[in-house]
Amino acid sequence: MKKLVLFLVSFTAWLVLTWTIYYPALLIGILISIIIGFWFGDLFTQRPRHFFQIKRLLYLLYYIPIFLYYCTLANLDVAYRVLHPYLPIEPGIVKVKTTLKSEVARVALANSITLTPGTMSVALTDDGYIYVHCIKVYSADLKEATQRIVSRFEPILREVFE
Amino acid sequence: MSETVVFVGKVIVLIGVLFDLLGCIGLVRLPDVYNRLQASTKCVTLGTCLILFGVFLMSGFLWKSLLAIVFVALSGPTAAHAISHAAHKAGVKLWEKSVVDKYQEDKKKVKES
Repeated sequence: MKKLVLFLVSFTAWLVLTWTIYYPALLIGILISIIIGFWFGDLFTQRPRHFFQIKRLLYLLYYIPIFLYYCTLANLDVAYRVLHPYLPIEPGIVKVKTTLKSEVARVALANSITLTPGTMSVALTDDGYIYVHCIKVYSADLKEATQRIVSRFEPILREVFE
Repeated sequence: MSETVVFVGKVIVLIGVLFDLLGCIGLVRLPDVYNRLQASTKCVTLGTCLILFGVFLMSGFLWKSLLAIVFVALSGPTAAHAISHAAHKAGVKLWEKSVVDKYQEDKKKVKES
């Protein structure tokens, strides 16, 4: 099952990269995908069933526009701070707590935090804390910072990955 | 039709280059490693993705570039996380006007206990 998932993913990547239905190219793609699937299938994912659940994919599609919105906002925010003559920044590292359990979900959350306004994840701990570097610290308190930083993505990511 | 699409693609590439420029300005102006990483990661990731999307439109729907967007969007923030984590581990100080450093405090607590 795991191997099949990685085979499908790598073969899709191959199809998109070559973008042809020329017969030998397809054959080589299938061969290489099978080899990759057998070698790395166990490393790629722990719960392969999740790839075939429609609900998760729909939530992923719902997540993308929200993510893009915050990403654009982040860029305008950085643009404002960088171009302002006095550099209005108050940097610092705060600690937030996430309730997400699986590793993939935590990585996705950390990456989302990095691309959203004024925050960048510096370290993840095993017990669910994330140290976040803020370009402007609004609150160093654990709960308030969690409310500000984590809560916009956590519910959606839970639906997608857990 | 295709001319309009090419024009939109050019505009998107221009916006992307503008964001890349902002990222570089941030790299020069901001004070320490972490702030510089913030500016450069955010702006350069979005800027590069926009450039690739513009190429996607200009070249008559070249789907490779969308795949490249996925890879850039995955690897950019991960690399920034790795660099900042490594910097903090190596003991790079925050800017002297920084407000708070919880990570350093927690590290000290672990050392003392």
